[in-house]
Amino acid sequence: MNASSDVGYHAQRRARWHYGQAAFWLVVLACGFLFPTRYLIMTDILRLALFAMSLDLVLGYAGIVSLGHAAFFGVGAYAAGLLALHGIINEPVLALIAAGLAAMVLGFATSFLVIRGVDLTRLMVTLGIALLLEALAERFSNITGGTDGLQGIEMQPIFGEIPFDMFGKAGFFYSLAVLFALFLLARRIVHSPFGLSLRAIKNNPLRAAAIGIPVNRRLIAIYTLAAFYAGIAGALFTQTTAIASLDVFAFERSADLMLVLVIGGTGYLYGGLIGAVIFRMLQEVFSTITPQYWQFWIGLVLVVIVLVGRQRLHRWVLYVPNLIIKQVAGRKAVVAVPESDA
Amino acid sequence: MTIALETRNLEKTFGGLRVTRDLSLKIEQGARHALIGPNGAGKTTVINQLTGVLKPNSGRILLEGQDITDLPVHKRVLRGLSRTFQINQLYPDLTPLETIGLAVSERLGHGGDWWRRMGTRNDVNDEIADLLTRFHLLDVMNEETVTLPYGKQRLLEIAVAIAAKPRVLLLDEPAAGVPESERHDILAVVGSLPRDVTVLLIEHDMDLVFSFADRISVLVSGALLTEGAPDQVARDPQVKAVYLGEEAVNV
Repeated sequence: MNASSDVGYHAQRRARWHYGQAAFWLVVLACGFLFPTRYLIMTDILRLALFAMSLDLVLGYAGIVSLGHAAFFGVGAYAAGLLALHGIINEPVLALIAAGLAAMVLGFATSFLVIRGVDLTRLMVTLGIALLLEALAERFSNITGGTDGLQGIEMQPIFGEIPFDMFGKAGFFYSLAVLFALFLLARRIVHSPFGLSLRAIKNNPLRAAAIGIPVNRRLIAIYTLAAFYAGIAGALFTQTTAIASLDVFAFERSADLMLVLVIGGTGYLYGGLIGAVIFRMLQEVFSTITPQYWQFWIGLVLVVIVLVGRQRLHRWVLYVPNLIIKQVAGRKAVVAVPESDA
Repeated sequence: MTIALETRNLEKTFGGLRVTRDLSLKIEQGARHALIGPNGAGKTTVINQLTGVLKPNSGRILLEGQDITDLPVHKRVLRGLSRTFQINQLYPDLTPLETIGLAVSERLGHGGDWWRRMGTRNDVNDEIADLLTRFHLLDVMNEETVTLPYGKQRLLEIAVAIAAKPRVLLLDEPAAGVPESERHDILAVVGSLPRDVTVLLIEHDMDLVFSFADRISVLVSGALLTEGAPDQVARDPQVKAVYLGEEAVNV
């Protein structure tokens, strides 16, 4: 191999599929058949995963912190609800895209506020925007239903063929298909020169500009795209639960999302997915053991994660599986270890 | 002689402090021009104004005759003005391959491409391979930058600037902090820069300045003290006075 093709080969190193990644998606798909009584919680996890992937795009790749990501989730949720309630767009997939675009418009408009300033400013601005929208949704109760939320949403069948059933089976596979499609798109984007330039900006904005990267334009682009993703997650929420209430904008939603990424790790796309699964399962387990104090235990887990370090935890957890995988498929196939070699 | 880079009556103040005073410099096409001066003379401030990190209070900056005073940093780079940093400004989590690949992609206008994967363009790959080879980075191209030895990082710092194919290159103390054993690589690389690239060298190390530069400007307290050929500057009593007690000037 000459140096140039060698370079091409190694440049695509991160972009290649590994067995571990394929296995991950097969397991997710298999869950849909293995646990037919658990569709609701599993759909909830998928939505959270998509929402977290959205935050990962801005936080993990571009380094923009946000405490108000629920703003886009909420706009997507209400948009999908209103579209269905008033029969403007009846077909769910089209309505989903329309709701995503509505969030995207908001994302573009607010990106100009967010790219200015440093982390603390960004936290406050994003937080402020979400609070603002929540207040607006409450104020214009003639449109949003105020504190009662949107009621009486009836979803039409997907593509006019597949109705949403009461067990949530259609909702689960619908959500999974949307998540996977958007994951593939995100994957494509983060391995492009554009995606790499985001990582450069996160690493060192000064140098990024010094090699000719238009820093602000790139940040606006990714923030807008992430808003689209969050809007889709919100729309999925409304479509699969047939409700949209003020809590879609809630601060807890944005804050939980941060926790999901802290648990799962940022900057390798799977962090949001893995984090969503662990976060919801911890919530389940702890609230079964101690219904009143589950938040205490979640808090404890977070402290441990931050102190011990996620990479170390992952190494421990993945030690045995990777040992087996190495035997079967060779060294290269080990399950992704985040942030360094994923 | 055509002028590659020029400043006209540049002024910069930080609060009450005048860090650049009425500075007019002309750097000729293809020159090896050095900007020297004692600590705190405002050399890096000048560089930051030239590259657009800082805005001058007044005065103009011209690149190949065109006024670039109001252009943002990245647009100056695309016009052919590139720099290295005195303290490495790299991407700790990225590999040399990615770092250089990004710079090349940006220059060729593929930087905003969000669909095509990195590494699938042969013209970009060829250039990356060429730069990695020239800067002795081929063997570490997949290591994260933060794990590289300092000398290698320094080479990468210069390689990234070169990847932008500058017509004017600003080198801010290229050999600063590099251990003696790795200095040779850096000096060789700096010495082998193509002649059509105009170089402005900001340097403390007098050996390097006098072996490399064909013209020297001396900056003291933000103002131009004197300018001329190396032997002329070395003999200048004013320059000797400034450097007395700090560093002896030998030719």
